Amino acid sequence: MAAAMPLALLVLLLLGPRGWCLAEPPRDSLREELVITPLPSGDVAATFQFRTRWDSELQREGGLSVLLKADRLFHTSYHSQAVHIRPVCRNARCTSISWELRQTLSVVFDAFITGQGKKDWSLFRMFSRTLTEPCPLASESRVYVDITTYNQDNETLEVNPPPTTTYQDIILGTRKTYAIYDLLDTAMINKSRNLNIQLKWKRPPENEAPPVPFLHAQRYVSGYGLQKGELSTLLYNTHPYRAFPVLLLDTVPWYLRLYVHTLTITSKGKENKPSYIHYQPAQDRLQPHLLEMLIQLPANSVTKVSIQFERALLKWTEYTPDPNHGFYVSPSVLSALVPSVVAAKPVDWEESPLFNSLFPVSDGSNYFVRLYTEPLLVNLPTPDFSMPYNVICLTCTVVAVCYGSFYNLLTRTFHIEEPRTGGLAKRLANLIRRARGVPPL
Amino acid sequence: MGLLSDPVRRRALARLVLRLNAPLCVLSYVAGIAWFLALVFPPLTQRTYMSENAMGSTMVEEQFAGGDRARAFARDFAAHRKKSGALPVAWLERTMRSVGLEVYTQSFSRKLPFPDETHERYMVSGTNVYGILRAPRAASTESLVLTVPCGSDSTNSQAVGLLLALAAHFRGQIYWAKDIIFLVTEHDLLGTEAWLEAYHDVNVTGMQSSPLQGRAGAIQAAVALELSSDVVTSLDVAVEGLNGQLPNLDLLNLFQTFCQKGGTGSVGGPQDWTSLDGPLQGLQTLLLMVLRQASGRPHGSHGLFLRYRVEALTLRGINSFRQYKYDLVAVGKALEGMFRKLNHLLERLHQSFFLYLLPALSRFVSIGLYMPAAGFLLLVLGLKISSLHEAEVGLEEPGGVGFQGLTGPISKSLCALQGVGLASLVAPLLISQAMGLALYVLPVLGQHVATQHFPVAEAEAVVLTLLAIYAAGLALPHNTHRVVSTQAPDRGWMALKLVALIYLALQLGCIALTNFSLGFLLATTMVPAAALAKPHGPRTLYAALLVLTSPAATLLGSLFLWRELQEAPLSLAEGWQLFLAALAQGVLEHHTYGALLFPLLSLGLYPCWLLFWNVLFWK
Repeated sequence: MAAAMPLALLVLLLLGPRGWCLAEPPRDSLREELVITPLPSGDVAATFQFRTRWDSELQREGGLSVLLKADRLFHTSYHSQAVHIRPVCRNARCTSISWELRQTLSVVFDAFITGQGKKDWSLFRMFSRTLTEPCPLASESRVYVDITTYNQDNETLEVNPPPTTTYQDIILGTRKTYAIYDLLDTAMINKSRNLNIQLKWKRPPENEAPPVPFLHAQRYVSGYGLQKGELSTLLYNTHPYRAFPVLLLDTVPWYLRLYVHTLTITSKGKENKPSYIHYQPAQDRLQPHLLEMLIQLPANSVTKVSIQFERALLKWTEYTPDPNHGFYVSPSVLSALVPSVVAAKPVDWEESPLFNSLFPVSDGSNYFVRLYTEPLLVNLPTPDFSMPYNVICLTCTVVAVCYGSFYNLLTRTFHIEEPRTGGLAKRLANLIRRARGVPPL
Repeated sequence: MGLLSDPVRRRALARLVLRLNAPLCVLSYVAGIAWFLALVFPPLTQRTYMSENAMGSTMVEEQFAGGDRARAFARDFAAHRKKSGALPVAWLERTMRSVGLEVYTQSFSRKLPFPDETHERYMVSGTNVYGILRAPRAASTESLVLTVPCGSDSTNSQAVGLLLALAAHFRGQIYWAKDIIFLVTEHDLLGTEAWLEAYHDVNVTGMQSSPLQGRAGAIQAAVALELSSDVVTSLDVAVEGLNGQLPNLDLLNLFQTFCQKGGTGSVGGPQDWTSLDGPLQGLQTLLLMVLRQASGRPHGSHGLFLRYRVEALTLRGINSFRQYKYDLVAVGKALEGMFRKLNHLLERLHQSFFLYLLPALSRFVSIGLYMPAAGFLLLVLGLKISSLHEAEVGLEEPGGVGFQGLTGPISKSLCALQGVGLASLVAPLLISQAMGLALYVLPVLGQHVATQHFPVAEAEAVVLTLLAIYAAGLALPHNTHRVVSTQAPDRGWMALKLVALIYLALQLGCIALTNFSLGFLLATTMVPAAALAKPHGPRTLYAALLVLTSPAATLLGSLFLWRELQEAPLSLAEGWQLFLAALAQGVLEHHTYGALLFPLLSLGLYPCWLLFWNVLFWK
């Protein structure tokens, strides 16, 4: 479920040890921004993005990077860092290129850990820092705060200081309103040399379950015991009236031997036939199973995709050093065009903020989403690795003893021997009789 | 082997076994019992030690201080519970959400095969509530469970309070690497069973339940908590699960570590024996554990987790008359420590023993050391089988032992059987198995017929039908006599006894391997009578002995022994009532949780016992 939450998508982002500015400024070559989004669950997602042209050395600190304080950033419930490098044209004809470096850092602050259970937040409470000055080399240095209200009335939250401008856009199919703080705007910081953005909920959001996205998914292993099991993926379409197709891609390691005939897809209690299936069977120790399906998800439904498997017994050198931990099965990948609720609106790419490139909108009626379900942990039948030496000794002994005795019993012939009777006298007599050539007594 | 391949020496050995058979049997039986009693003494018991590295050396500092919060939660819970008369689902959901958990509910319903008079329930429906604490920066692949089963009365509200306070405390920490599931189940074990089946998406007992919305990967360990008061003098730990399964000993060691730290903890029942650690106490604890394990029922909701290979135990707060009492903070700290150490686990618990007996919390007997006790008892049957065989072959070939006997007693006995004519054995075998089948099927199937014709309730009908069929089995000898026409009187009963002995030995051997306690208990009682049964001599005495050691009588005796060991002796009438209740519970547990004791006794041991009864009254 966690993997399916929108926050996972939201976060891409940034990097950066310290801030970045260009020594020799074309002033437009560094853009930095921070997007702060309160999540429905009460947590707060913060996404930094720094984009620069990498044609000279990077030096200096300042601007948004003062907020990057390790002990705070690692006390969060999610964090992700990325570096993107790509060539960009320097002019319209593309006669020369520069390299563009984009660094992103996304973190999700846990409301219960940083906010002591309150959903109000401020820059200082999250980062234990406030913004003091813009990066002098940056051509753009902005903070965006998501102030979208989920209810109709606009009175549920307020930001402080009040923003000079707001910006509206459609992100993942919902209309969002952002308050913009431009750090290059001298009025913004100069008043107190200190910008501490705060958000207060006028009416705290009720303790209800947070709203669910239109598409989310869940995956688990069912069954018990170490012989068989079942992989189940639940696909939720919570849209009230629109059905949409989903491309489901599964790669399953070879040591889970899939029974493809047990593949069942059910929606609303009825069988759901996928419009396309591609299956490539596994080869032991060479390649995993590959299963790809295009499934239509009916409106407001849960679709269950399940397939049974048998656990293989590995060679003993193939076990990992921690075999009792279990083996990971990678997540299913869901790709879908999810319908959005808002109407289309033309977007001016040059003027729009950087984060738009993270959530490209092709057309207003739906948007593209790629979801990863949670990875699974599957236990395989595992021998007791502390035992082999004992077992080898014991079995060798048993085999040796049994083999010797049985071989003995099978190859010897038995006949009943008359017990030796008679004493010394009889033996002597027999000796004499044998010497005489007469049969013994 | 050399001994066996030499016909002369083999014959000598056979003669020795035959001549000394009775003393050898007695010796072996006595050795078995003596070995078992000796398990209490140090050479056979060892001190427990932590095998799992991940939990052993690392230290944790417990910081739980939410005693007041736990008590407040418990009060609120009890009040809401009283008001609504059932589990206050909405309140629990709200409270769990307010402490920051991801909350889900699951509703379930189950119609029991017949009304459960002990718990006063028949058509059961309820709701489980569980909250998941998601570990930060982890992918929800592993989880731990803290569960509180709530029965029909509100005795467990302190445990719910402590669970919520612990959840609030855990939620504020950032070191969790595994998700933690806080589970409150309604109708105690039925709710737990419903939740577990839904979590693993299987249906083994015919429970109807709604599918789970939230999951947290593979469950690594579970702790069930039962508290009935604000203060405890000690914490008792229950390990015995369904069908005598036990959790890994390391989980118990973990509990013991924190008990030593906090000074609280015991095993095996309401008394605290921490101060008196003598052999007598050890024996008492050991016997109690053997009886609990032999019963095959889950002693706490942890018992149901074991089927899914989730190591689990139940902690039960005991409030006795000792001076020093611990409050909820101490219990909470012990739990916090356990969970933090379980959080360190890199692999499933697998390093320590899965098969053990506990004469005290800090001592254990491993499987290698207790098995000889059962082995000696089974040896009696082996000796009897070989002597019977020799006697039979002796009847056949007065000249001596032939070569054909070399391949072992079973094929020998088959040869002997051919002499008798298998036909004469088919009837008693079939009839006794049919009686067993009737005992297994009829009571539940025929309860409605019984309630229509007799003035009894369903539950009574089931128990009385059970007893009636059981007793009717004793009429078997007369029945078979009309069917069987015996030619050679002696050989007939000997062949039957041979078959019965082999059957019994195989069954007891298998049971002792999977559930030592049950195997040992049954071997102790059934072996002497089985060895003695024959149609000559003091038949009344033998018959009395056989009846006294039949499976049902063993159950009755175990109940008396159980209460005697708990220092709450039973009067005869109470004992009988308890016996009837235990019968009903046994049948119910088979149907609701899949306990195997009832089918094992009715389909396996009872028919086998009938064979001996048949031998005794052979004419």
